[in-house]
Amino acid sequence: MNHSLVEIQDLTHTYPDGTEAVHRVSLRIRNGESVAVVGANGAGKSTLLLHLNGSLIPQNGTIRVGDVHITKATLSDIRRTVGMIFQDPDDQLFMPTVAEDVAFGPISLGLAPEEVERRVTAALHQVHATHLRDRPPYKLSGGEKRLAAIATVLAMTPDILVMDEPSSNLDPRARRALIELLAGFRQTKIIATHDLDLVLDLCERTVVLREGRIMADGPTSDIFAADRLLAESHLEKPLRLQACPVCSRRGPMTAPLPGFGRNSNPDEPEGNRARQ
Amino acid sequence: MPTIESAFFELHRLDHLAAQDSVIHRLDARIKVLIIVAFLVCVISFDKYEIAAMLPFALFLIVVLGLGGIPSGFVINKLILVIPLAVLIGLFNPIYDQQPLMQLGAVTISGGWISLFSLLLRFCLTVGAVLALIATTGFNTVCMALEQLGMPAVFAVQLLLLYRYLFVLVEEGQRLDRARKLRSFQGRGLGMRAFAPLIGNLLLRTLDRSQRIHLAMRCRGFDGAIRTCRLRRLNSRDVLVLVVAGGVLFAMRVFDGPSLLGRFVTGLLA
Repeated sequence: MNHSLVEIQDLTHTYPDGTEAVHRVSLRIRNGESVAVVGANGAGKSTLLLHLNGSLIPQNGTIRVGDVHITKATLSDIRRTVGMIFQDPDDQLFMPTVAEDVAFGPISLGLAPEEVERRVTAALHQVHATHLRDRPPYKLSGGEKRLAAIATVLAMTPDILVMDEPSSNLDPRARRALIELLAGFRQTKIIATHDLDLVLDLCERTVVLREGRIMADGPTSDIFAADRLLAESHLEKPLRLQACPVCSRRGPMTAPLPGFGRNSNPDEPEGNRARQ
Repeated sequence: MPTIESAFFELHRLDHLAAQDSVIHRLDARIKVLIIVAFLVCVISFDKYEIAAMLPFALFLIVVLGLGGIPSGFVINKLILVIPLAVLIGLFNPIYDQQPLMQLGAVTISGGWISLFSLLLRFCLTVGAVLALIATTGFNTVCMALEQLGMPAVFAVQLLLLYRYLFVLVEEGQRLDRARKLRSFQGRGLGMRAFAPLIGNLLLRTLDRSQRIHLAMRCRGFDGAIRTCRLRRLNSRDVLVLVVAGGVLFAMRVFDGPSLLGRFVTGLLA
């Protein structure tokens, strides 16, 4: 029996210019899991993500979502199940107002007007953006655009959320709010990011990509403890797991200042601490 | 690029005006579109030497702008911006058409000058009318109204996306331009040679972005048509406004108001 929700087998993708962005990637993701996909620029994260909702069709290998294999014929089913949040919210918000944008997906699904309205209200409420309802997208701040973009996807009630750099270009507070928001979602989450502190807070599992191949796949705490793997993959430990820059420069101290200098301790459940 | 930047703010201003509330704003967009179309047809169909008969239409437009709370300065600014175009079209009229048509004291005015003036007036009226429509309705609503009145959906989609991404394009262009300015000194690097790759870069970025947008649209079930929740139903007040405004426009077109008035006044004096 197979209990995985998403199953990628031997996926290879070569772009027309000959770049092999993804090479023989196999991955299984269970229902309700939060998985981070990390790696250097150009490691193949975005290409992998684009496959997950059929924006790219597998050239070699297969992808199964639920019981459906991704092919041209199953695209509309896949896209209803897999919601994709793009890196640049401007790409995603194309309608005149936020409410119309959120309504776009449900209307395209052919839902009744009352149901569309209900979903728009619920999705905006879920991301705490009810007040943005009638605003045009180009007048929103970066953080507001991001919330609106997430609402557009939530309105389709997907089972799986795929996100490309969700925390990029956000101020620290908007970033924190986003992390808390995402932590509250029950959907299966697949997040490609360079923000490893966000991974620490949100994902119990991390997949490391390098040059289109999976270098490691395991519990986030194990991955972040493997210094050599991180260095080889152009990554750094999350800041919260690194030594405090102030204390470590002062030389050896007998006791760390309160709140400062908590050195990395692999046994300590870091992710839980930040989630409060 | 002060002109691009100011044009950008003017667009925001247009949105701002459209968000106001007035008798004109509250009218259904379809009714407004129909009235404006009637207005345009009337104005365009005048004879090329006609000036006086068009003046009631100017009055009509001024009343609409007044009711809609659109500042005259805004409209005049816009007209000044586009009037060179009309001048260009009519530039040679006075040279080719020397036939004397009018005697003002000692000065003979040729047909060319009259037709040039008529053209300018027509231009101001039509541009002003479309401006009034958008400033009291909003660009997007006008698009929706046009679609409901039978414009093919593909045009509506194009116009909607054009307006939405105009802002993104201008911002992108501004960033490129700023980056160039910051690294060019004493006017070097501001010429055509630097401009060509800059504009090419903008095109490539635009193509990339359009692909991403299309992808995002497809992800949410885009199949070629943009559906929004429908506009409200027309009520009897809307229809009444359409009939009255249509009647007024028709009357102004058929009867030459100013000359009737002129004859009436001279008749009284005689």
